[in-house]
Amino acid sequence: MELDSGRLLALVAMFVPLSLVSLGGGTSIFADMHRQAVEVQGWMTDQEFADLFAISRAAPGPGSLVAALVGWKAAGFWGALVAALALFVPTAVLMYATGLWWHGGRHAVLRRAIERGLRPVAVGLILAGSYRILQADGAGWLQVGTMAVSAWAGMRGFGPYGLLAGVAVAYGGMGWAQGA
Amino acid sequence: MTPPRVSLGALLAVFATLGMTSFGGGLSGWMNREVVQRRGWMTEEQFLAGLALTQVMPGPNAVNLACFIGQRLRGGAGLAVCALGVLVPPFVLILVLAVLYGQVAGSGWLRFVLSGMAAAGVGMNVAVALRAARGMVGVVPFGIAAALFVGVGVLQLPMVGLVLVFGPLSVWLAWREDGVG
Repeated sequence: MELDSGRLLALVAMFVPLSLVSLGGGTSIFADMHRQAVEVQGWMTDQEFADLFAISRAAPGPGSLVAALVGWKAAGFWGALVAALALFVPTAVLMYATGLWWHGGRHAVLRRAIERGLRPVAVGLILAGSYRILQADGAGWLQVGTMAVSAWAGMRGFGPYGLLAGVAVAYGGMGWAQGA
Repeated sequence: MTPPRVSLGALLAVFATLGMTSFGGGLSGWMNREVVQRRGWMTEEQFLAGLALTQVMPGPNAVNLACFIGQRLRGGAGLAVCALGVLVPPFVLILVLAVLYGQVAGSGWLRFVLSGMAAAGVGMNVAVALRAARGMVGVVPFGIAAALFVGVGVLQLPMVGLVLVFGPLSVWLAWREDGVG
């Protein structure tokens, strides 16, 4: 496996800043991850990015591990490792510092303002990321409908497990019937 | 309440299992079950405070929550063990899946199935956003959410700059509204 240090540096430069602004969870940076990986760096096509996203959703663990797949696509195993470290280490350090302050239990009013103020930012970013993934996927009515049903199911508290399995079986059957 | 003495090995075992058995957005719920309900390592209130904090901190919520719990129980070493436990096993597995996928990527059928699963994944994310939006009061938060959606999603502007503008603005507005600023 060759080491492409230029690409590894590009991965660090891409994921460290994204890490620090990934409010509301990893989903909120999908839009910008897509923009950089596909349009700016040209590491993969829209279709390949959408495929990586689907793999990350089908696998266990945090959905933000899609960053490891982006790194893998860009620079193999070391790319995956570097991308994951660049995404997870800065926020873990930040969590440590915040945890020291938080467990101290002071500044309750400021804590509340931060919680409330960042909520709409997270909402906007998650919806933006969702929109970009559907667009990258070239989603048709079937996929948009699947998305809407899944959103409804999620709102009603259905577990993602059964939903993903159901969608996989339904699409598998439809694809097979069409001889795709 | 001082946290109970929990061994790093026990933390690793619990979080590695959580990482490998949770799908989509389910991790926080599973952590609550394992850490609060089954083992009593934290109270419900402590857990919920951590959950609120990790929702607004940058970083994946589930990983942040693992950090929070680990730090609460065993300080910096606990934080590292919990974060690694929840990340490393799925990291290895997802690379194996990606390699396997590379060998069958030509299949139109698989592509079609994956497009459906991706759409379902997007739907679950939308549900998270909609649930969070239900807790927003007044026009301003919805305006900020809409501005970020249009800016980042539709106009495809770089996200870091927009967050640096709208994040502090939104916190400041929330602070002022509380009547203490």
